[in-house]
Amino acid sequence: MNAIVTKESLPEPRPASERELLLRVDNVSLSFGGVKAITDISFDIRKGEVRAIIGPNGAGKTSMLNVINGFYHPQEGTITWRGEVRRKMRPYEAASQGIARTFQNVALFKGMTTLDNIMSGRSLKMSRNFFWQLLWRGPAEREEIEHRRKVEEIIDFLEIQAIRKTPVGRLPYGLQKRVELGRALAMEPELLLLDEPMAGMNLEEKEDMSRFILDVNSEFGTTIALIEHDMGVVMDLSDRVVVLDYGKKIADGTPEEVQANQAVIDAYLGVSH
Amino acid sequence: MLYDIFVDPFVQMYQMPDFFLQVLWEGFVAGILYALIALGFVLIFKASGVFNFAQGIMVVFAGLTLVGLHENGVPAYLALILTIGVMAVLAYGIERIVMRPLVNQPDIILLMATIGLTYFLIGFGELIFGGEPKRMITEELGLPTGSTAFEFGERGLVILQHIDIAAAVIAILMVGALAVFFNKTRIGRALRAVADDHQAALSVGISLNQIWAIVWFAAGLVALATGIMWGARSDVSFALEIIAFKALPVLILGGFTSIPGAIIGGLIIGFGEKIAELYWGGLVGGGIESWFAYIIALIFLLFRPQGLFGEKIIERV
Repeated sequence: MNAIVTKESLPEPRPASERELLLRVDNVSLSFGGVKAITDISFDIRKGEVRAIIGPNGAGKTSMLNVINGFYHPQEGTITWRGEVRRKMRPYEAASQGIARTFQNVALFKGMTTLDNIMSGRSLKMSRNFFWQLLWRGPAEREEIEHRRKVEEIIDFLEIQAIRKTPVGRLPYGLQKRVELGRALAMEPELLLLDEPMAGMNLEEKEDMSRFILDVNSEFGTTIALIEHDMGVVMDLSDRVVVLDYGKKIADGTPEEVQANQAVIDAYLGVSH
Repeated sequence: MLYDIFVDPFVQMYQMPDFFLQVLWEGFVAGILYALIALGFVLIFKASGVFNFAQGIMVVFAGLTLVGLHENGVPAYLALILTIGVMAVLAYGIERIVMRPLVNQPDIILLMATIGLTYFLIGFGELIFGGEPKRMITEELGLPTGSTAFEFGERGLVILQHIDIAAAVIAILMVGALAVFFNKTRIGRALRAVADDHQAALSVGISLNQIWAIVWFAAGLVALATGIMWGARSDVSFALEIIAFKALPVLILGGFTSIPGAIIGGLIIGFGEKIAELYWGGLVGGGIESWFAYIIALIFLLFRPQGLFGEKIIERV
């Protein structure tokens, strides 16, 4: 499948491997009891690139994202984020340092409207003092209005004006994924982690989503790391691809390089879909 | 028999309107007090999806702390402030020791944890304050006592206890403050977010720890208010703990997640109980009050399981 918008249609091709380092994963291993989810994986994510993580089911892709945003703490290895080596990090700390994410099985606040869901992404940008808000409404209200404006921009950007007031639990799956992307964008992240942003979508929805991802990347300059199973999408969107299999890294490079790699073909691409 | 059930009570209501009004007032006050208890449950339920078994004992604990401090020579108002401090420490402790290790665990585990907390607070409370009932320091806190009688009709009389009026006013103020707090500040959104999905809430940078500590503190404040009001009508004793179970039908009626629901639910139960007891109670030998609420709750469960104001369960599969 080919998405309509591809990297080639953008003005200038960018050599991703030469750009500034944003995040580096060094020799990370993660296990749950006796099960090794990730074994000795190292790779980097550079500023402004779209980095894909691919691999067959159970390869450790989602575990890798969970390590990056602090849901899991690896037993071995280090993660360097913006030049600083990270020790244990809690998810909300990762969030406050500019890492946003979406989930494989949409994790939205189902009872809340689209608007409120996206607003929740602004939590960290709002002043931290609850009691102050209660005592003196003025500044808090101004702040709220300012954040609403930002959220409305995101709603416009994602073309979801029509469902602004709908509780997200009622939305079809494709739109839920879009709202989830909106919530992540509301955080104005430096690094956006997308876990299968196009799973379960039809062709048209996939094309829309591809377009949004590329626009986010080019317009806001957000660095994106994404997991995706649709090879067409991966090859079109990403600057560089890292391939995992059984928790190990088997290839890393541009889409072309990865496609030509024999280990990858054996493990993954060789399997007919 | 049919006459006794369907006609006589209404004839009585018509013939003695002052008595009927008195019954309504009693029902109103009982309802407000039920609503106050239910409110504590709603707060915790909204933030963690857990029925907080410990709310009843928190009411007792808060009341005993207040009275206990005063007995040891602390002036009433200072004791009140100190008790608020104690509830804050308790909230922080619960979050730190009980809730934090249980993030992302199934709700049933959290429920069990609150049951554990209940027994801890019972033991801890008895250790410090002893097991005997204590008198609430109503006057010392400046709460009104006594009553006012209103003439009604030709020779009717309706008597309002001042403490009941105070309870109603305080409950209304409390509900108002909580409504503003949770609907108009960002914590309300964070609260709903946390209740919906722990993981997603963490990923947008909401600190579960902070939210939980705040919510337990709010529930502690509600418990304190409830403790004072219930204590003023009877005594502060561990027996009060069972009023927690009275909150259950209120919650089923109003919906577990709705603050207005808790109020309306409380009022319906309060009115229903008193009217049923005084007009129909005689037919079954009295004692309706103790089980009437549960019957109403059962009927509601059959027809409207999410309660009057609860969030409708939306599930797309």
